[in-house]
Amino acid sequence: MVEFLYVTAAILLLLTGLGLARMLWGPSPADRMMAAQLVGTGGGAIALLIATASGTTAIIDIALVLALLAAFAAVALSLGEPGTKQQDGSPNS
Amino acid sequence: MSLLPDLALVLLILIAAVWTVSARDRRDSVIGFIVVGLLLSLAWIRLNSVDVALTEAAVGGGATGLLLLRACARLGPIEAEGVKPQVPLRILTGVLCSVVAAALAAVVLFPIEPAPTLAPAAAAHMGEIGLGNPVTVVLLAYRALDTLLEKVVLVLALIGVWALTPDPLWGGAPGSLRAQQSSGPLTFLAQVLPPIGVVIGVYLIWNGADRPGGTFQGGTVLAAMWLLVMMADLREPPEIRLHKLRLLVVLGPMVFLTVGFAGFWIADGFLSYPSGFAKPIIVLVEAALALSIAVILGMLVAGPAARPPR
Amino acid sequence: MSLLADIFTITAVSAGMFFFLAGTVGLLRFPDTLTRLHALTKADNLGFGLIVLGLLPQSPDVASGLKLVVVWLLVQLAGASASQLIAQFASKGGPPA
Repeated sequence: MVEFLYVTAAILLLLTGLGLARMLWGPSPADRMMAAQLVGTGGGAIALLIATASGTTAIIDIALVLALLAAFAAVALSLGEPGTKQQDGSPNS
Repeated sequence: MSLLPDLALVLLILIAAVWTVSARDRRDSVIGFIVVGLLLSLAWIRLNSVDVALTEAAVGGGATGLLLLRACARLGPIEAEGVKPQVPLRILTGVLCSVVAAALAAVVLFPIEPAPTLAPAAAAHMGEIGLGNPVTVVLLAYRALDTLLEKVVLVLALIGVWALTPDPLWGGAPGSLRAQQSSGPLTFLAQVLPPIGVVIGVYLIWNGADRPGGTFQGGTVLAAMWLLVMMADLREPPEIRLHKLRLLVVLGPMVFLTVGFAGFWIADGFLSYPSGFAKPIIVLVEAALALSIAVILGMLVAGPAARPPR
Repeated sequence: MSLLADIFTITAVSAGMFFFLAGTVGLLRFPDTLTRLHALTKADNLGFGLIVLGLLPQSPDVASGLKLVVVWLLVQLAGASASQLIAQFASKGGPPA
């Protein structure tokens, strides 16, 4: 079981690495952000697999933080110019 | 056998790092930087450093990416004329970097036997402090002075960022962080995630006493939740001149300093803890520090004031 | 009993890996940003979810198992929101008014 989990983690690392190719290729920033998203989710899965295989439950906390902050980069990507609100409340970009 | 996945991980980190440095567009570089951070936290897991991996995941995966992408959004395109360094300078830089890399490789590949380490000495006295996580014991007991100074540096960094405010706007609020148009999914995320995030942040701070975790990881998670709320335009960034804000910023270092000086009376000296009471005092200091870190990091990302004070 | 748990873990984790593979291949091979996003969400949701499901019987105590479920729910939430945000960014417009 432990070997199976480690082998699975290794294969998952390979897949996540393949997804990195999209980051290098992807014509638009959205494509690259998707590759980053895959690395985040894949990394979380790898962390969980290693946590279960090695019996170190502290690593589950890492997956917890990764999952919590997974969307933040995507949120930041869609930020435009930080503007100041004018008097009527419309943004000044 | 287990060397192969580790080599693959190292290769991936290198590829992402090379991409970060050589990407044409600034935003692509930042995305590469985020990926490097995520892969590095996996590397830390493989090196059995769970605390560092937690910090890398929280800071590299969340806070730094946010900070840099916002900076990208603020900056216009770079005009590169006349900024290109000369060839000799480039060669010198390359040589220096190679020397540093070679020195690091030599230290790692040909270590002194036996490797110098303070780990046994650190572990020997953990029982007196009463905490179970050796990293927290080092940070808040053995090297508490370093941690105190680091937190003061954070306050100074915030002051430095605030110093960039134009004079007429001093005391006002930072510019709105929100996206150019309001977005349903973002609002939904900002309403659902922060309560969960705050619980997880407090859990990380509390858990740091005995298991991997601690003030910085928890504080970063709390700051990220606050930033999410501000980005979704559910709350405005606070004005810089608010006393409550400034109090929260200095609360952590102040409590730490007070505890340090109190050590003259109740224990052996500056920043020493009375035996038997170390854990409650450390937990109190941790709580104050984490709150300050959360506020400082949030205001750091929000930036200098951009609107005149009301 | 533990043999049953092991078989369940191996099956679920393998299924999760299959969806991760499908998602990665889709991310690399689909022709368009939005189609690639669709592939990514398969890996995000199904791949991750099945892996977590498979790891649940192996967790040493209830607390870890509950943490695994929380991680899964967070990934669902974050994945759904992130894919919407990336899609909005990719089509350069806002949500329909």
